[in-house]
Amino acid sequence: MNTRILLRGSIRRRLIIQLLTGAALLASLMFLVVQNYARDLAGQSQDEILSASMTAILDSASVRNGDLTVDIPYFAFSMLGNISEDRVFYAITRNGAFLTGYPDLPKPVASSGIAPRFQTARYDGEEIRMATATRRLSVSGTPDFVEVTVAQTRYGLRQQLAGISQTVAGFGIGFFVIAAVFGILAAQSAIQPLRQLAGSVSRRGLSDLRPVSAPVPAEMESLVGALNGFMSRLKTSLSRSEDLIAEAAHRVRTPLTTVRTQAEITLRRVDKPENRQAVREMIRAIDESSRAAGQLLDHAMVSFRSDHLELEDIELTRLAQDAVSRLRPMAELRDIDLEIHVPNTAMTVKGDPILMQSALLNLLDNAIKYSPPDSCVHVVVRLKTDEGEITVRDEGAGFPKADMGRLTRRFVRGGNTDAVVGSGLGLTIANEVARAHGGRLFLTNHSDKGGACASLSFPLA
Amino acid sequence: MRKLVFSIGLIFLALVPPARAFEVENHISVGPADARRVLRVISTGDAEFFEPTLRDFLHDLPDVRIEYTVASSGEMMKALDEEGVDMDLAISIATDLQTKLVNDGEAQRYSSPTTERLPAWARWREHLFAFTQEPAAVVLSRKALAGLPLPENRQDLIALIRDNPERFQNKVGTYDIRTSGLGYLYATQDARTSETYWRLSEVMGSVGVRLYCCSSQMIDDVASGELAMVYNVLGSYAREKSNTDDVIVLLPQDYTVVALRTAFIPRDSKSPELAGLMIDHLISRGWQAAPGAFSVLETDSWSDDTQALRRIRMGPGLLVYLDAFKKIAFLREWSSAVLQ
Repeated sequence: MNTRILLRGSIRRRLIIQLLTGAALLASLMFLVVQNYARDLAGQSQDEILSASMTAILDSASVRNGDLTVDIPYFAFSMLGNISEDRVFYAITRNGAFLTGYPDLPKPVASSGIAPRFQTARYDGEEIRMATATRRLSVSGTPDFVEVTVAQTRYGLRQQLAGISQTVAGFGIGFFVIAAVFGILAAQSAIQPLRQLAGSVSRRGLSDLRPVSAPVPAEMESLVGALNGFMSRLKTSLSRSEDLIAEAAHRVRTPLTTVRTQAEITLRRVDKPENRQAVREMIRAIDESSRAAGQLLDHAMVSFRSDHLELEDIELTRLAQDAVSRLRPMAELRDIDLEIHVPNTAMTVKGDPILMQSALLNLLDNAIKYSPPDSCVHVVVRLKTDEGEITVRDEGAGFPKADMGRLTRRFVRGGNTDAVVGSGLGLTIANEVARAHGGRLFLTNHSDKGGACASLSFPLA
Repeated sequence: MRKLVFSIGLIFLALVPPARAFEVENHISVGPADARRVLRVISTGDAEFFEPTLRDFLHDLPDVRIEYTVASSGEMMKALDEEGVDMDLAISIATDLQTKLVNDGEAQRYSSPTTERLPAWARWREHLFAFTQEPAAVVLSRKALAGLPLPENRQDLIALIRDNPERFQNKVGTYDIRTSGLGYLYATQDARTSETYWRLSEVMGSVGVRLYCCSSQMIDDVASGELAMVYNVLGSYAREKSNTDDVIVLLPQDYTVVALRTAFIPRDSKSPELAGLMIDHLISRGWQAAPGAFSVLETDSWSDDTQALRRIRMGPGLLVYLDAFKKIAFLREWSSAVLQ
């Protein structure tokens, strides 16, 4: 019955993946930008303090008693120690000749200006940052160039950057998580109307082919339009085929009546027992066809009227009594007693009288058909909290257990009904009527005495 | 046992190759001669002060022998920096020289739960670890001071000497900072802190100050009455000897310079694990065995006036006075003040 639906991808998954990818890209971008910025900033602040230290030393260079002295101020180095625990190196040269400090420190880049120069180099196995500047002094009238280089390892810088990276990574991950949560929610809410539509369509009754009237988002206009168009075409085609069935049944039934009358006349004229038997079987076959055609008509009517219910107040007791009195003659022909038990209270339901009567008549007809001669069919009307229930019980063989679940389908008959004329539509009609009215049809077998038991229940008005 | 150890030490001393250029003041060997592992320590600390700590350390390590070499801070610098002598642990009171050695890459990194417990000022770069605080003290002879008011700060000391030159003539001692690393450190930190130092130096110079190499000699000379006052001696040594009534140990209240006795593991150490254990031992409990020293973990138990304490901060600032130019200039100034 259910064909497998081929799936390819998922809108929700695709949306989520796209949103997550976007969020991840943004988060990584933020991480890289901030880290770069932090590296620049940290490098800048190291340059500044190296520059301050170097300038302090350069400023201490002076000519005293005709000789050059460099009196390194204590804070020139101690300020470097305030920022980090980096190793500090320095070199002071005079006219290019080494004066004091670390003689093997890398040579600073040459420059003619007085602006501080910065460079990154390697010294003693570590990366260092160097700040250098030159100052001109005059010793006994001749120009003297003093060059001071202060260098520092970049351990503190790296540590600072690692700390910043960690924080920024934390922020990036947080950003990603928040974006991811919002992305998932957005994807959910984007497909929500689709789910609602699917839900409302799948909740519908089997024959509910009305167009979707609830408002939908603009993006779904064409889908809903197509769905509505499809349903309307389906409905037209269904009603056309029902019409055809009804028409066909009608066309068949009328000539069948004529044929049956002729067959009965023929039966009276025929004397040979084998011929009489043949004609009897003919009549029986005609009855079967006629009945099937009648029920097809009934069913077509039920289908049609279910879509356009004409609701009236119906008194269940009255309904049951009418049905019993209509079928009593047929029951008496088979020596079957019809017993009806009704309560004192009136029970009113909203329903289509023709449909409800048809349903009840079908149940009663079934009961009479499947009852053994000289037995009794009980019709009980009962009030059950907020429902009214009519139960029809016979004393026959009961429903075959194996078929119980599918007896209400069209043209399905129990496995023990070969001897009885039937179309397999009676219970279908009763069930469809019950469902059209918001009620139900229960099929059970009477526990102790045997016999089938069918109950129709309808919500009270 | 002690005799045995001592003789082993002597044998070892005899075996020391004469190629060693740095000057060894003393050498002891603690622990079994056939020990599987050897920890070679170079230190400025007197062997007699350190031996109990070393024994305490070896208590849980029966398979370890310690070779303990004593050298002056200057010689130690020479040994490690210039000669590259193989050592596993370098212990020195000269905070500045230790800092320079670490700065110049002669040390290796070490970290343990014990070093983590150290306050930030007591470790540098996870290479250099302070384990005692060594205030620079003034030690006075009670006899020489009889009848005079007890000085409390440098101003008092200056006034005391100026007013009683005859009592202090040739009876004042201090470090010869040209040869003593610790003396130089104390002096430079003094000079950095206050101009009073120079006035005091001049006053001491005016009464013919006597210059020493070592704290213990100065303190002994005060105790014996040879000297009336010594300036800038190791507070820990002074306190240990101050149990006699003859000497008064003064921590000047204007300011007291506090050096840090530090240890580091030389870069080429053969057994850095043992050296690390020794550092932990020194920090946590070792030095407590030696009286008169102040742990780095308990700060305030030894001075009522912590405001006056000027703890030497480990860091590149200490490189300044070790600069050759700067040192020459400082020594020149010092000489002109002290050696009149």
